[in-house]
Amino acid sequence: MTSNKKFHLLVPIISVFLGLLFGAIIMLFSGYNPIEGYAALWQGSFGDLYFFGETLRKVTPYILTGLAVAFAYRSSLFNIGAEGQVIVGWLAAIWVGLSVDAPMYIHLPLAIIAAAVAGGIWGFIPGLLKAKLGVHEVIVTIMMNYIALYCTNEIIRSILTDNAEITEPIPESASLASAWLQNITYFSRLHYGILIALFAALVMWFIIDRTTIGYELKSVGFNQHASKYAGMNVSKNIILSMAISGAFAGLAGAMEGLGTYGTISVMSGFTNLGFDGIAVALLGANSAVGVVLAAFLFGVLKVGAVNMPTVAGVPSELADIIIALIIFFVASSYLIRWLLLRFKKEGK
Amino acid sequence: MKSRRFILLFALILTIGMVLAACGSSDSGDKNNDKKSGEKVDNGEAADFSAAMVTDIGGVDDKSFNQSAWEGLQAWADEHGLAKGKGIDYAQSNDQSDYMPNLTRLVKQDYKLIFGIGFNLKEGITKVAKQYPDTHFSIVDDVVEQPNVASVTFKEHEGSFLVGVAAAMKTKTNKVGFVGGVDSPLINKFESGFIAGVKSINPDIDIDVQYAESFGAADKGKLIATNMYNNGIDVIYHSSGGTGNGVFAQAKDIKQNDPDKEIWVIGVDRDQHEEGQIGDNNVTLTSMVKRVDIAVQDLANKSMSGDFPGGEILEYGLEDDAISVATTNEEAMTDEIVEAVNEWKEKIANGEIDVPKTREETKEFVDAL
Repeated sequence: MTSNKKFHLLVPIISVFLGLLFGAIIMLFSGYNPIEGYAALWQGSFGDLYFFGETLRKVTPYILTGLAVAFAYRSSLFNIGAEGQVIVGWLAAIWVGLSVDAPMYIHLPLAIIAAAVAGGIWGFIPGLLKAKLGVHEVIVTIMMNYIALYCTNEIIRSILTDNAEITEPIPESASLASAWLQNITYFSRLHYGILIALFAALVMWFIIDRTTIGYELKSVGFNQHASKYAGMNVSKNIILSMAISGAFAGLAGAMEGLGTYGTISVMSGFTNLGFDGIAVALLGANSAVGVVLAAFLFGVLKVGAVNMPTVAGVPSELADIIIALIIFFVASSYLIRWLLLRFKKEGK
Repeated sequence: MKSRRFILLFALILTIGMVLAACGSSDSGDKNNDKKSGEKVDNGEAADFSAAMVTDIGGVDDKSFNQSAWEGLQAWADEHGLAKGKGIDYAQSNDQSDYMPNLTRLVKQDYKLIFGIGFNLKEGITKVAKQYPDTHFSIVDDVVEQPNVASVTFKEHEGSFLVGVAAAMKTKTNKVGFVGGVDSPLINKFESGFIAGVKSINPDIDIDVQYAESFGAADKGKLIATNMYNNGIDVIYHSSGGTGNGVFAQAKDIKQNDPDKEIWVIGVDRDQHEEGQIGDNNVTLTSMVKRVDIAVQDLANKSMSGDFPGGEILEYGLEDDAISVATTNEEAMTDEIVEAVNEWKEKIANGEIDVPKTREETKEFVDAL
């Protein structure tokens, strides 16, 4: 049992290391200097308070989408719909931000809650279909992503604006942006959302590990039939899991809407926050702490990568290769562990 | 169980501590380095002027306006003995959240003039221009009203009008199509000009307007083109970036199966003649060429010689050769068509006709015919 636990911790660390190592080898073979490349990556994410602020800003939605995917995964549900839930959450936050006029202590929480509810509804529908009709959640969530994207674009054009690309900025009273945080980080877009994201991680840990609801969710994930036999309401738990998962992703949308951009614009494609969330959850082994750490790593790689072409001449796509390698090693480590366990059994 | 969690927490704190320490120490060192490299540039040939650009998510090799802008900057650098990394550079954006950090990065690297390529950078330029009032910025394809920002726009509607004229003269079925990227004021300009051009030649021609809701979805472009060609449309004008590759793919498929079938695609931004080549045939009738490179080069020169048009909106059009109609496909663009195009070009230049830019203006224009 203890070796299993150790394995859980070791796999991501080794994977990250191997990912960076193979990234260096690829750089070497393509004729770039890996030391310069990584130095540029480091400078680009920590080199200066501005970039450090930007890194933390990028980490914020990653934590939340990572939590969303991880939460559903705890009940053995694969929420690929985090992407769509981010988009509806973003839209809902901006919509409330623009249409409601209230003092900050009402307006801001209202906009954040609206985003969580919108994301929750977007997760609730696939959950309901899965629980009541047995429709696979992967298929439904993928389709819900497209529904979210195109409906949101249409709403921005026809309701929020008069056929424009982008909405008006939200008023101060709904904004998470902070002049103080921006000042100490030389105008980076760092906002208070990072605190909300960390709090959300705490909430996830608490629900999963410290409440009856969490116990039931996990139980349903392990074995639906046994859970049913034990008297749990399997349908209710599936729906609940998807709805909470959606709410986390919706919050990620609120972070982008209320914190980073203050607006919502017509999107010509997905934000990729939800899809990256899948990778974050996988790397973080679906635990709250793991997700926070993995999100941090992703933020560093994504923000730092943009610095690589200008400073070291290394294409920024290399960061994506490194991320892909890390995920590959995490995934294949499960295979390695499986093999190890097999050998152990046969040895006995 | 408990001790494991403790170790994790400890590791987290340690990591954050290291991170904070690292950013503290490298902060000052980094700034010095930046200044040094900036001075190196200062001693270079072009005195103390340098220019850089931030691409939108299309990237610098998008075969469209990002690439064109970079070519313009390179041409300008050649003129003044500069090269990439020495006086000019670009920063590539992988998604929309990269715009601000990229702009700020270039400001910190002491570039004097920074271009934002594409209307997607409007918000970023607006914010950064306020934060760094001493740096000159320029936005392509949109307008930012700041004293240190020059806005570069193009009269795409005029070019679209002219390719509309060509389409109307080429069509035999009296049905033409328009495929747009994302339904937005910019692409509406293309649509409006095209419709006005077609209707000016023959008001009875039907125009099917479709939007793919993406600049990068070739599959959707192909689907829309399939429907259009099946419905008897024989000329499609696309203004949809990468989505248009699907339009070309479908036209080429049809042409390959039935070389005698007369179908055409009108390209956009660059001369897309190569895109349309299939065997001995070419489905590219013409292209609405938008020379972002000319505008970039022009603005860099103006800015270097000290008369940076801050706060102004520069509109490049037919008269600057920044907008033109390609005549590479000589077989398809018959003399008759070229003559007609030139005739209408003259009329636009004279101010005889005012090409519409929006759907409302188009309606008025068409009703008045």
